[in-house]
Amino acid sequence: MPAEKQPVPFRGAGFDPTPRRFASWIAFAGILLAWQAASSTGLLPELFMPSPDAVLSALARMSASGELWLHLGTSIRRIVLGFLLGAFAGLLLGLAMGIFSMARAVGLPIVSALFPIPKIALLPLLILWFGIGETSKVATIALGVFFPTAVAAKTAVDGVARNLIRMAQSFGTPASAIVWKIVLPGALPGILGGLRIAASIALILVTAAEMIGAEYGVGALVLGAGNLMQTDKLVAGVVLLSLMGLAVSFGIGLLERRLLRWR
Amino acid sequence: MQLIARAVGHRYGALEVLAGIDIEVREGETLALIGPSGCGKSTLLGILGGMIEASAGSVELRGVPPAGCLNPLTYVFQDFALLPWRSVADNVALGLEHHAIGRRERKERIEAVLALTGLGDFADAYPRQLSGGMRQRVGIARAIAVRPAVLLMDEPLSALDAQTRELLQEELTAIWARERTTTVYVTHNLTEALHLADRVAVLSRRPGRLKQILEVPIPREERASPAHAPMLAQLHAALWDQIRVEAAAADREVADAG
Ligand SMILES: Nc1ncnc2c1ncn2[C@@H]1O[C@H](COP(=O)(O)OP(=O)(O)OP(=O)(O)O)[C@@H](O)[C@H]1O
Ligand SMILES: [Mg+2]
Repeated sequence: MPAEKQPVPFRGAGFDPTPRRFASWIAFAGILLAWQAASSTGLLPELFMPSPDAVLSALARMSASGELWLHLGTSIRRIVLGFLLGAFAGLLLGLAMGIFSMARAVGLPIVSALFPIPKIALLPLLILWFGIGETSKVATIALGVFFPTAVAAKTAVDGVARNLIRMAQSFGTPASAIVWKIVLPGALPGILGGLRIAASIALILVTAAEMIGAEYGVGALVLGAGNLMQTDKLVAGVVLLSLMGLAVSFGIGLLERRLLRWR
Repeated sequence: MQLIARAVGHRYGALEVLAGIDIEVREGETLALIGPSGCGKSTLLGILGGMIEASAGSVELRGVPPAGCLNPLTYVFQDFALLPWRSVADNVALGLEHHAIGRRERKERIEAVLALTGLGDFADAYPRQLSGGMRQRVGIARAIAVRPAVLLMDEPLSALDAQTRELLQEELTAIWARERTTTVYVTHNLTEALHLADRVAVLSRRPGRLKQILEVPIPREERASPAHAPMLAQLHAALWDQIRVEAAAADREVADAG
């Protein structure tokens, strides 16, 4: 080797996500601007794809007339009711399957068999049982939420570190306290992850159910607007769905940050 | 208290792990348990503490528990086994909950053991914020807070780096000097065994039998002194001879079987 000096170049850069605070907003605004420009120049025909300002004014009109709040309120009520019912029952069954061998032996095969059914396929049956009203829609959502919640809760309990349970036993902690103090907190991250998935399923199901037979609700709004070729109202409804999804995800994120601060 | 195992044997299915173990842990002593890997040390410790049901034999505790003892047989774990969602103080509190002691005494005990283990400033920290050595200090604090009659430690320092291990060995020595807690200490590390134990029990290869119990005839506080180095080296060599024979034989058995 010649006695030459060589600087050592730095080659460890990259592959390390760093926050870029405004990038997402700028990209978002850019897409909206491009969309608006395409509409204004006639590149996007108004009939097939309304411009952003047309969507905005449709939202404003529906808000002023109260139509928007009626649809939104109806959908939210169905989601909340169905989600609470399904999540509560799913948590109970899932935790029971995780903790008690008997519940697992009986419950797991049944849950596994029913889990893959797209729950919207049950809506006609539920309409036969409960009529076309609220009950059948809420029941569809509840069923759609129930199964993923139950499976997530059971899996989360299975994943709780056995050594922590043995540790608690070795300190004489009674079984009920082990459930409260070890199993539930240990399963919480998995349970919240399951609830997040269940919430997105609830949103899909409420839309589908409202498209099949409903007077009010965002799904009904979207379908009705499509039938009348009111694409501005149609896209406005889609925007509402997107906002609902964002709100749900934000809410669960908030729960996670509050409850899982120790992570 | 004394912990006495009589004719303890254990099998996992067809695998015989322990056979005919008679052992007597004396009041106030630290008994190190060594033996080749897989010989059943952890299993024996589990049986001694009532966490594994022996296939044969029996274990009994004899004597008067120390004052304020809440959990006679108490473990310190190799992997610390801390609850990640509880602060240091609340992790220590776990062993005190579900026992008949008042809020005041619980708080006093927690403060005392945290001070003893040098964790006073970290009472509100979460396990993820602690180094490995500090995590095991929490494990030790949690164990001594219940004033155990017998402390059962399964390789408590083996997950730590060499320096931290030595520091914690010194702290354990200091704690034992104060509390004289009867202890069974499983380790792979012969030096550690000779450093900490009053007696060293050697198990044979699987199925583990008690091969020998060796007294360390030097007071624990003096073992760091160079004057005792030759004797400790001699004991180390003697123990190592035993372990090596067993481990080599175990290897040959595996090779023959394979
Ligand atoms: N729950 C279990 N089921 C079946 N076999 C087991 C179980 N636990 C341990 N064993 C087997 O029993 C034998 C003894 O295990 P044990 O953990 O008691 O050994 P050890 O002496 O502590 O080993 P090490 O030095 O590696 O910690 C090993 O061969 C192990 O594979
Ligand atoms: Mg072991």
